Formats: sequence, structure tokens, C-alpha cells
Amino acid sequence: MLKAFHRVESPRNPEAAVYDKVIPAGEGWMYELQPGQVLRIVDLEGNQAADTLFYDADHPEDHYSAVRTFNAQSNIYLTTGSTLLAESGKELAAIVADTCGRHDTLGGSCSSQSNTVRYAHEKGHMHNCRDTFMLELAKHPEGHRYAKRDLSPNINFFMNVPVTPEGGLTFEDGVSGPGCYVELQSKCHSMVLISNCPQLNNPCNAYNPTPVQVLIWNE
Amino acid sequence: MNAIWSETMHPGGKWSGIIGKGKMIRLTAVEPGANVSMLMYHARDLTERYNMPDTLKAQHTAHLTKGNVLMSDNGRAMASIVHDDLGWHDPLGGYTTRAGTDSKYGASRYQESRNDWLRSGQENLAVELVRNGLGDRDMAPVVNWFSKVFCDEEGNMLFAGNHCAAGTTVTLRLEMDVLLILSNTPHPLDPQEVYPSVPIKIEVLPAVQIDSADYCVNFRPENRRAFDNTWTYYALQD
Ligand SMILES: [Zn+2]
Repeated sequence: MLKAFHRVESPRNPEAAVYDKVIPAGEGWMYELQPGQVLRIVDLEGNQAADTLFYDADHPEDHYSAVRTFNAQSNIYLTTGSTLLAESGKELAAIVADTCGRHDTLGGSCSSQSNTVRYAHEKGHMHNCRDTFMLELAKHPEGHRYAKRDLSPNINFFMNVPVTPEGGLTFEDGVSGPGCYVELQSKCHSMVLISNCPQLNNPCNAYNPTPVQVLIWNE
Repeated sequence: MNAIWSETMHPGGKWSGIIGKGKMIRLTAVEPGANVSMLMYHARDLTERYNMPDTLKAQHTAHLTKGNVLMSDNGRAMASIVHDDLGWHDPLGGYTTRAGTDSKYGASRYQESRNDWLRSGQENLAVELVRNGLGDRDMAPVVNWFSKVFCDEEGNMLFAGNHCAAGTTVTLRLEMDVLLILSNTPHPLDPQEVYPSVPIKIEVLPAVQIDSADYCVNFRPENRRAFDNTWTYYALQD
């Protein structure tokens, strides 16, 4: 399966970035990108999941659409060359570099409620991505323009969730590693919402959530 | 079991309505090659809705059939597939758009074609969302009943032709009071060059009692926990 992975390095120098921040495991980040700006997300220690949503910041009701995106490219995975589409069909961002090679569009984010279903009722209290998304909305000056209804199925950067030809869904790890990154060029004023996943029930991250780094360049 | 109500959805047609907990809805493809796109919301709280990733992850599946439960973004069982002639319904392929419909089948407008103009899933679903107090921002992944999309090892999405024969039925039992929105529009990956026009019979059947041996409840431990969450919700409300 690894043969299908598609690795494209970036020419950009981290020292020329205009923004540089580490998002610790279990924390969120909400940030507006200008058209043309490039966002790099770095998996600092490997096999982390960066649960990410994009919006048209000028029309926040238009959210990233997993289904529009994978239908447009007739492929369920994301890598260099993939364009992320909004529910309206508008282009939000394009992946311009990727040293991991495959990113998940199907798995969505963890939540308190889905943890009770997937793992056990006693897991409901645990830290989770959908709470992080909502906390970011609550804290952000523009967050009032977004609501739970806008939390559409997100991207999981660095995650591999293969679908088998028989229609099974499996969770595999090992596609990412320390320092793997993905770069996206914003196609509009886009709002990016990231939850750096705190999932402690899933072996994909060896039960050890780790930080990711975000870098931004002006093009 | 006799239906409480039934209707035939015309090709290109749509339907929305609230159906109570315990009742069943049966969809029948009157002719081969059907596709019905469905959105689902909790009728008492429209912020709660069918969630594709939560449903698929919990059941480790990328297709839907008998035994599978459609789960909400609040971790509850919303509807169960209690009967299925087909073995595979598509949760991934999404709905057709106006631009996609025009480019594939030729532009058509009401002005020239009257009611023979070719409707898109996007427009049908949008109309019914707005009718029910929702809107474009509530658009989400649909279930495409009667269609099969499978993926090869590299993730390419492939549409299975000749999947649905005439007379095929699928039956859902509603585990919550739900708002259902249906659009009888082609699957976006269906390669047919002529707009598929298949009438769909919709029937709503009387409520049935669930027992502890229920097939869908016991299909996976995850399903039972989702049912527990639904039963707790109603225990607090009723
Ligand atoms: Zn998570």
C-alpha cells in the first residue's frame, strides 16, 4: 500500500515564515489565512493527528466538504494536488507539498459522545477534538459566527484510514513520522480550525498525543 | 405489515417529513438503477444530525447494510437498517450539483422542459433544508440508498453498475424522532449518460417494539452503546 504514497517536498525555508507556533497535544488553534498564504503543519514527533477544518472566512456558513472534495478528485485520500472544496464547491485551499503522502478525509474528529460509543461509556469525560473545536469557537473574536452545525466532517492530517475494496474501514498507523509535514495554499480568506488530537484510546498514536507546529508564509 | 402511509417519489423528486421513534420507513426501487440521497436530523433538536464519520468509524465499515445503525453527532442511534435486499448502500458519494447535472446530462431549465427538467440533489436538499428551518450550512454527507461505491487500494472511488434490481427494498427503523430529507436524484458517480429516472415507493409502517435480542442492537458492542445513549435521552425526556 505504501507504493501509492506520494511525497512532495517544499522549497520554503522555515526561517522566512511570518508565523511560527507549536500547538501542544490536546490544544486548538483558529486562524484566518489571507489568499495565497501557505500554511505548513508539521508532525513534530510522528503519528499525531491534526484534526482540521477550513471555512470561507468571508462566508463562514460555507464549510469544508469532505464529500465534495473526494468526489471532485474521485479519490478518498488527500495529498499534493488535492484541492479542498467547500460545500458550495468554492476552492478553499490546495495541498502544495506533503512529505507524509496520505491524509484521512473519512474518520472525522473524536468527541465525548463518540468515545462513549466507540470505546466505553466511562470514556465520556476524556479530552476530545470536538470539545477543542467548540472551545476555540468560544474563545475566538469571530467564533460567534460559527456554531456546532458548522463542524462538518474534518480532515485528519497524518492519519491513515484505509477503505478496503470490500467496504471495510480500518485504522492504520505508521504513514507519518517525526518531521513529516503538509503544506496548503489558501485560495481565499480562509478560517482554519485545528484540534491537535488528545485521543488516548486509539493505538494509532501509541497512546501518546504529541505536539504539531504551524508555520505560515506570505507568497 | 400494512403501511400507515405511502407515496411514490417521482424521478427527480424529493420529500421531507418527521417520522416518530419506532416507526419504520421502507424504500422500494420500482425500476433498476435507483438512487435516493438522504439527510437526517433529530426532530426535537435540529442541531443533532446523522454523522457519517461517527457512523462509519464506530462500525468499521465504509458501506451500510442490515445491522448497521445510523449514528448522530451526539453518539446516539438515530435509525437502524432492519431489512436490506441489497447488502451495500453508499455513505460516501454525496449528492449531484446543478453544475454537475448540466455538464453530464445537458443543461435543462424549467423554461424549456417544464417538469421534465433535470433536478439536482443539491437543489432538492437545499429546498427541504430551508423548508424545515435549516439551510446550506446544515448540508452534510448523505446516505445514497441503492448505490454502491467501492474504493481500490489507492483510494480511487469506483461506482458499481447494475447494483440495484427492480423491486429492491431497504427498511429503516427510527430509533429517535427524526426529520428525514430525501432526494430521488442520480448518484454523482453513476456513469450513465442518460439521467436515471427511477420512481421510488416510500412507505411508513407502524411502530414496533424493540426487544433485547434485536439484531441491530446486538450487531456490534458499539451499536448497543449508541442505543444506550438514545434510551437514556428518552428516559430523561418522556
Ligand atoms: Zn481527536
